[in-house]
Amino acid sequence: MEITTVGLNYLNNGYGLKSWLLTKDHKRIAILYLLSITGFFFLGGFFALLIRLELLTPAADMVQPDTYNKLFTMHGIVMVFFFLIPSIPATLGNFLLPIMVGAKDLAFPRINLLSWYIYVLGGAFTVVAAATGGVDTGWTFYAPYSTSASNSHVITAGLGIFITGFSSILTGLNFIVTTHRMRAPGLTWFRLPLFVWSMYATSLIMILGTPVIAITVLLVAVERGLHLGIFDPALGGDPILFQHLFWFYSHPAVYIMILPAMGVISEIVQAFTRKNIFGYAFVAFSSLAIAIVGFLVWGHHLFVAGQSTYAGLIFSILSFFVAIPSAVKVFNWTATIYKGAVSWDSPMLYAFGFIGLFTIGGLTGLFLATMGLDIHVHDTYFIIAHFHYVMVGGAIMGYLGGLHYWWPKITGRMYPEGWAKFAALTVFIGFNLTFFPQFIVGYLGMPRRYAMYAPEFQVYNVLSTAGATVLGAGYVIPMIYFIWSLKNAPLAGNDPWGARGLEWEIPSPPPTENFVVSPIVTEGTHQYAPSREVGIGH
Amino acid sequence: MATEGNIHARPIAIQPAPAGPYVHEAHHPWLQHHFDSMTQQAEASTLGMWVFLVTEIMFFGGLFMAYLVYRHASPSGFQEASHHLNIYWGTANTAILIISSLTMALAVRSAQTSQPRGTQVLFLFLTIVLGLAFLGIKAIEYTDKFKDRIVPGPNFHWEGTHAKAAEQFYSLYFAMTGLHALHMIIGVGIMSVILVMAWWRIFDEEYYTPVEVAGLYWHFVDIVWIFLFPLLYLIGRHYHAG
Ligand SMILES: [Cu+2]
Repeated sequence: MEITTVGLNYLNNGYGLKSWLLTKDHKRIAILYLLSITGFFFLGGFFALLIRLELLTPAADMVQPDTYNKLFTMHGIVMVFFFLIPSIPATLGNFLLPIMVGAKDLAFPRINLLSWYIYVLGGAFTVVAAATGGVDTGWTFYAPYSTSASNSHVITAGLGIFITGFSSILTGLNFIVTTHRMRAPGLTWFRLPLFVWSMYATSLIMILGTPVIAITVLLVAVERGLHLGIFDPALGGDPILFQHLFWFYSHPAVYIMILPAMGVISEIVQAFTRKNIFGYAFVAFSSLAIAIVGFLVWGHHLFVAGQSTYAGLIFSILSFFVAIPSAVKVFNWTATIYKGAVSWDSPMLYAFGFIGLFTIGGLTGLFLATMGLDIHVHDTYFIIAHFHYVMVGGAIMGYLGGLHYWWPKITGRMYPEGWAKFAALTVFIGFNLTFFPQFIVGYLGMPRRYAMYAPEFQVYNVLSTAGATVLGAGYVIPMIYFIWSLKNAPLAGNDPWGARGLEWEIPSPPPTENFVVSPIVTEGTHQYAPSREVGIGH
Repeated sequence: MATEGNIHARPIAIQPAPAGPYVHEAHHPWLQHHFDSMTQQAEASTLGMWVFLVTEIMFFGGLFMAYLVYRHASPSGFQEASHHLNIYWGTANTAILIISSLTMALAVRSAQTSQPRGTQVLFLFLTIVLGLAFLGIKAIEYTDKFKDRIVPGPNFHWEGTHAKAAEQFYSLYFAMTGLHALHMIIGVGIMSVILVMAWWRIFDEEYYTPVEVAGLYWHFVDIVWIFLFPLLYLIGRHYHAG
């Protein structure tokens, strides 16, 4: 049956600016977030482009070292706090979580809208900081750079991060309460889609970690402004305390970025292999395990900062433990794909990309968790490559895969699949070309955060810059065809992929209330094969 | 196992629209439409506040951590500095907050049991007055510190042997009690809104979630003070008389 019309839905239910800016509909708020984080993504990408251009030659010839410091700082701040952290939760999570639990909205719709305004306000501070001259402390704000040495706009940027933190806290709070209290009748915990599990685990980190970074950057701002001696050794403070507090949040923050992507991959892998996930309960609990163990490993950032060897040893071992739940996921996705009816649609290409790149990113993380090796590669391009494999190769791949997978649901339209495949391939190639050379050049000893480098490293940097160009193109192409698809692509219908889950039962785009009549769930929501009902709670 | 039916059987029953006049049980005017029932709404709101309080613990936690580290680094300096806090004002404020927790609990109870609005408003009013009394005393204490020039910064002046540690102690003192006072101010604001709502006779046994949730917040802020008081005012009192 060909679909030619769409009914009343959340998109055509009011067109005025007011109907968007005052909306309490989680789906519209997801779109608001989508637009704003896309803006920050390209802003952060712009800084990255300038960094890569400067590094084409060994000398600091395009920008001065001082400017270069600001470029990598602003790149980090924008990408981490304003793109990666909110990326999947605030867009796909916001859009899908209520639908996936069979609810009409999140538990607190007004707080949801408030979280977007808070995000925008925090973003405004950061844009002002960037426009008036930027910050040069590195996104890590280490004391005493941030407390006394730097003359740049640390307070403005710090307040931006402080404010934005609350949008993240409110999103996490909303997701946790929604998952506990808004599930449809019959939708038990072990019938929930794995995306919901990963959102839940992410939310736990958001509510437990974010307040700590908030108080920490607030203290830096207060210390700068009022000369309270908290972190600055000249005032009697302890700079290592800053590092502990900073990484107590910022290590788990990596899992705020990667866990949602893992949830997306679990959904995509099932849909495009026509199989239920292998070991549902293991995948679900591994999300929680990552969230919990992730809070106990921050000391691996302090191996060379004067932390005691015994503390270092314990942090090292605990860091190794995180690999277990991560590997559980990779093995279970692989086992799901094994003998599945794999279809090579673009979301699945991103999923394959994710699995490969995340594995490399994760395994090199074990190199860095090893104290001896970390002393060799600490603060080199090796670690830059490692965390970009996790955050760009992992989180952004997952984000793009999810955006492609649910685009028909969000907009009601398909997108040109040929172009999508081409873009996925471009991203994969561009990514590896950018970051693989950085593993090598880092291992050879090129330090991070310098505008100049030894001439023998140039070939790797040229490769990296070339890759970044390809990668940039790979990000622009989807933007073009996504916008094009809004008016021109064929209508998608309820379930264009033949996928399972509550979101595919309702029209695309969904009506404002999601479900005209409340759903009643009688078995696992992802039933790709009847004989494989998930084995817990029955 | 051995589930029958074809592979495309859908596990979700979208219920047919109910026939006839039955729609929902009669809607309570304060039920938001995305909730199914008042119970669900109340449970969501209270859980939401509990989760928020967890984030608050982590927020204050950073400061408590800093306190722990610096007190460990200079225990005698912290003792010396602590003696310049006014124990009487501190004790009075502790008593005030404990009593305000009682009036708060009574306010929740009176809403929950559909007491007349006079009772509800009275307890809320007392809570607000006690909160303001706390803030007033805090203001007096802060003023004294300014007068004695023991506010951290370029003008900090200390006549003991541990000037550096004392300045750090007072950095933490102002950060921690300042953040706490900010929470008190917000609490007084919330209670004022709740008081107006009580005046409008909104709360009864069917709907008292806002009072309950605001109460959770109030008790939390009180408990934070219960930790701040001994850490800041009482440390080292048993070593030598203040
Ligand atoms: Cu880490």
